[in-house]
Amino acid sequence: MASEAHDLQELRRSASLATKVFVQRDYSDGTLCQFQTKFPLELDSRLERQLFEETVKTLNGFYAEAEKIGGSSYLEGCLACATAYFIFLCMETHYEKVLKKIAKYIQEQNEQVYAPRGLLLTDPVERGMRVIEISIYEDRCSSRSTSSRSSSSGGGGGR
Amino acid sequence: MSVMVVRKKAMRKWEKLPGRNTFCCDGRIMMARQKGIFYLTLFLILGTCALFFAFECRYLAVQLSPAIPVFAVVLFLFAMAMLLRTSFSDPGVIPRALPDEAAFIEMEIEATNGTVPQGQRPPPRIKNFQINNQIVKLKYCYTCKIFRPPRASHCSICDNCVERFDHHCPWVGNCVGKRNYRYFYLFILSLSLLTIYIFTFNIVYVALKSLKIGFLNTLKETPGTVLEVLICFFTLWSVVGLTGFHTFLVALNQTTNEDIKGAWTGKNRVQNPYSHGNIVKNCCEVLCGPLPPSVLDRRGILQQEESGAQGDSSTRGPSTQEPGALEKSSTQEPGAAQVLSAQAVGSTREGSSSPTRQSAVPMLPLSPTGMPEETQPSAVELPAQTRDDGPTEH
Repeated sequence: MASEAHDLQELRRSASLATKVFVQRDYSDGTLCQFQTKFPLELDSRLERQLFEETVKTLNGFYAEAEKIGGSSYLEGCLACATAYFIFLCMETHYEKVLKKIAKYIQEQNEQVYAPRGLLLTDPVERGMRVIEISIYEDRCSSRSTSSRSSSSGGGGGR
Repeated sequence: MSVMVVRKKAMRKWEKLPGRNTFCCDGRIMMARQKGIFYLTLFLILGTCALFFAFECRYLAVQLSPAIPVFAVVLFLFAMAMLLRTSFSDPGVIPRALPDEAAFIEMEIEATNGTVPQGQRPPPRIKNFQINNQIVKLKYCYTCKIFRPPRASHCSICDNCVERFDHHCPWVGNCVGKRNYRYFYLFILSLSLLTIYIFTFNIVYVALKSLKIGFLNTLKETPGTVLEVLICFFTLWSVVGLTGFHTFLVALNQTTNEDIKGAWTGKNRVQNPYSHGNIVKNCCEVLCGPLPPSVLDRRGILQQEESGAQGDSSTRGPSTQEPGALEKSSTQEPGAAQVLSAQAVGSTREGSSSPTRQSAVPMLPLSPTGMPEETQPSAVELPAQTRDDGPTEH
């Protein structure tokens, strides 16, 4: 785990940022935090569609869980109201707990899926929950091959 | 011979946040810039309650029951807690787009609309989305450089986009949005109850005491009673009315902003896609639903290297990085008009259609969440509102 994190740092140092892709929010379900699963063309040469869709769908699932309106959220809300919301000084909200899970998931995905392909996911919470930012790195060092597939950026690939 | 001292200074992100907010306690507290009316609210609540506890409570606790002041204290503390929570918390500000993101969106817009020749005003940037079989338009915010989520709006007073924007309330000194709407609602509700409580027991006190020593003597002994009754009387009409209005909004899962604009009313308009159709469910979602944390990260550290020769430039208070935002924000929805018309609607609403901006023209917050109803103090306050409160700035 530590070595993989170290690899991520190395990637950032050895690679230069080529471009960024922003996955926008999907508002078809109202104001719930959901992201579009449409595959960005810039990633075409770097990443398999299925992996991307799986990442976004899992994230969407996490956000849906965080914003779920049900018995437990009502209980939390009522308890908090009864204590004039002072209880949040010592207790984390359900939403915050899920955000921590999301942060952990994104780190895992970066280490296992995205960094080996020269990509980096940024947690949406750092972008105000507006977008999922995917940074595309061009590898400077020839010894570090970022992808097992040869990437020819002729098609709709990265600039 | 000058010596440059380079030292790493840990700056917190709130010091560099754009927008017209003030921050206190090293970023823990976030408010609008004009706080004069908020201090008035505090003064009126504290003053009236202090008078009540000092005079009437002593008599009533002995004559009737000690539970009377106890309950008053509980209500008072709850109302104050809710007021401070509303005023000091992040209403749901959407951080502005970073340059990369803004450029990406611009590219996407140009791809759809085509490039606009220099000097020409670009067409309004709108995206259409379908929510629950209704078409909802997303507008582009030129100041924040983002497509605003549904129900979000740009407050021109605070110069921020706020999620589920309700209105900007000068009486709490902050915007009311997604993250602090429930605190605002509970504040006006508890303030209504507190006002009714104090008003009732003032009448009871005067009645009881008048039986013993006469009406005029009672008033001479505790002149504060007259003041309290006057304040409570005028507050009742405004705050209770406002509470009723917001109860109506909560039951329909609407915001003040949407109600004023008539977003969901009228024959040719879409129905509110956010309402569950069930009053209880709507109330539960708005008041007891999950509370998203602030995405502003005010207290995050910005690592910076500063040279000692340049001096320390970090001071408390916002950095006005976008002076041009003032001009830009005038093209956004006029948050100030929303404030005032919101306040106007709150007091005059009786189930009929809202008078919208015409009634707001006299620029009087007619439905204060504070105590007084007199319009003269409000009119005096308003010019102060447009200036920066110098001595009260943190």
